[in-house]
Amino acid sequence: MAELTTHTGGGPALDAATLAKDFPLLSRKVNGRPITYLDSAASSQRPSAVLDAMREYDETTHANVHRGVYGIAEEATRRFEAARTNVGRFIGAPAPSREVVFTKNATEALNLVAHSWGRSNLERGDVVVLTEMEHHANIVPWHMLAAERGIELRWLPIDDDGQLVLDDLDAVLDGAKVLAVTCMSNVLGTLNPVAELAARAHAAGALVVADACQAVPHLPTDVSALGVDLLAFSAHKMLGPTGIGVLWGREELLQSMPPFLGGGEMILDVRKDGFTPNDIPWRFEAGTPPITEAVGLGVAVDYLRAVGMDAVRAHEISLTSYALDALRDRFGADIRIFGPQAAEDRGGVLSFAFRDVHPHDISQILDEYGVCVRAGHHCAKPLMRRLGVNATARASFALYNDERDVDTLVEALDAAGKFFG
Amino acid sequence: MPGLEDLYREIILDHYRSPRNRGELESPPAVRVEGFNPLCGDEIVVTIDVEDDVLADIKIAGTGCSISQSSASLMSAAVKGKSLAEVRELIGTFRQMMSIHESTLPSDGAGGGSSEAAEPQAIDIDALGELAALQGVVKFPVRIKCATLSWNTLTQGLDEAGVPA
Repeated sequence: MAELTTHTGGGPALDAATLAKDFPLLSRKVNGRPITYLDSAASSQRPSAVLDAMREYDETTHANVHRGVYGIAEEATRRFEAARTNVGRFIGAPAPSREVVFTKNATEALNLVAHSWGRSNLERGDVVVLTEMEHHANIVPWHMLAAERGIELRWLPIDDDGQLVLDDLDAVLDGAKVLAVTCMSNVLGTLNPVAELAARAHAAGALVVADACQAVPHLPTDVSALGVDLLAFSAHKMLGPTGIGVLWGREELLQSMPPFLGGGEMILDVRKDGFTPNDIPWRFEAGTPPITEAVGLGVAVDYLRAVGMDAVRAHEISLTSYALDALRDRFGADIRIFGPQAAEDRGGVLSFAFRDVHPHDISQILDEYGVCVRAGHHCAKPLMRRLGVNATARASFALYNDERDVDTLVEALDAAGKFFG
Repeated sequence: MPGLEDLYREIILDHYRSPRNRGELESPPAVRVEGFNPLCGDEIVVTIDVEDDVLADIKIAGTGCSISQSSASLMSAAVKGKSLAEVRELIGTFRQMMSIHESTLPSDGAGGGSSEAAEPQAIDIDALGELAALQGVVKFPVRIKCATLSWNTLTQGLDEAGVPA
């Protein structure tokens, strides 16, 4: 792995250009130009260390886990479980080997919560509180439960700066059974005060479910400090592979929850008249899990830990600040950047409207310059309606982006403006 | 890699900047249909007046990218005042122009194996007039849905108006 520079006197905490060399895809060209990858909020790239570890596991160790008595099966199981514990430690889990459930992705993790905890704890008339900035993954499972159970969904609003409006929080939480909230908006970059929200939700008797998809890859994350009950995130947004996500839950809470999917692995016993579910976390992992992917996720966690999450956060504040200034200086009133206006109040996600050029057209022109940004509703249509737009263009950063990427974005955006004149 | 000039032809940009037949007809009597592109959240509203065998009037409302907006504008200009049979035929020809190229792309879930695309049938590009400018869109597969949104919405409107397919 690339060496890191030390953080001194407010200088760069990490050397993004050096780290970028660890990511093979970032050396490719797009339309004849070096790639400028600004879509890590959708999916991040993977360092060679992750790709190599997955290949090495597949070539030397692969067998099914928790089944074989033979050597490599034991070794595969050991590596799979080591990845689990590693991930748990990374987020400060008090019982890392029992509190981390591997899922297909964060969406499945949130569906698991709604299905398992929701169906055994919520009845007609019960209230689930969401925020206007949630991703569809933290909305639709609750909608489905509402349709099935007749539960009520309440919404915490946002203000024009993209911050949650908490003036009526206690009234909104009154009688609520669940608060489901994102740690960081995938559109606005807003960093929500999750610890405060969790404390007040608990005081109201509500369970707290956190969507940490954008937080875990970019911020130091400690589940105990956050005080939440359940927390979901995806490997592929944190330098790991697709196909694996994580649900963390407090041990005694997971113990109380019934299984989600049924099948192999999740049982202790199956008889003709029924079954006995397995212990946590395997109770929630029906069927053969994503083993290679767990190995990859474990190495992604090692990589992030070696860089240091404080350094990642410092770098992204610095880069976001640079980008906010560069875009405003060049385009003035022609660009509208959504969300909090100060870099310290947000993550490295910049959604914007540029003149009246449609995000699709912006993205198309940017692609000509090798610049990859997302255009669309970002799976947050209630938020789009609140912002009064159908779609936005979104540039998002990771530890391998630097100021040159921002400069390229600005130049390409300028070209898009000229094209649609 | 196709260039941007294949996509953003001058006619397309003209219809994007100065869209024809904007607005909504009073409904009823007009038939009003909404179309959505789930990919980007774009919404389009097509209202049509059908009189006897003729598409007497059409208006387009909603928002979208240059491709969806110009395609809708070009469509409205092409079908307004035409007989319903001609409109159905034009829709068919336009869809063919889009789908011929779609079928030569690797299909979803085909595993990257050899394409089983049918032999492209010859289509009458001349019959499309200005609409032929949208031909370049098929080289940008993600944008085909943008171009076909208004056409699918019009088809739905004709169906709702009881126009035989």
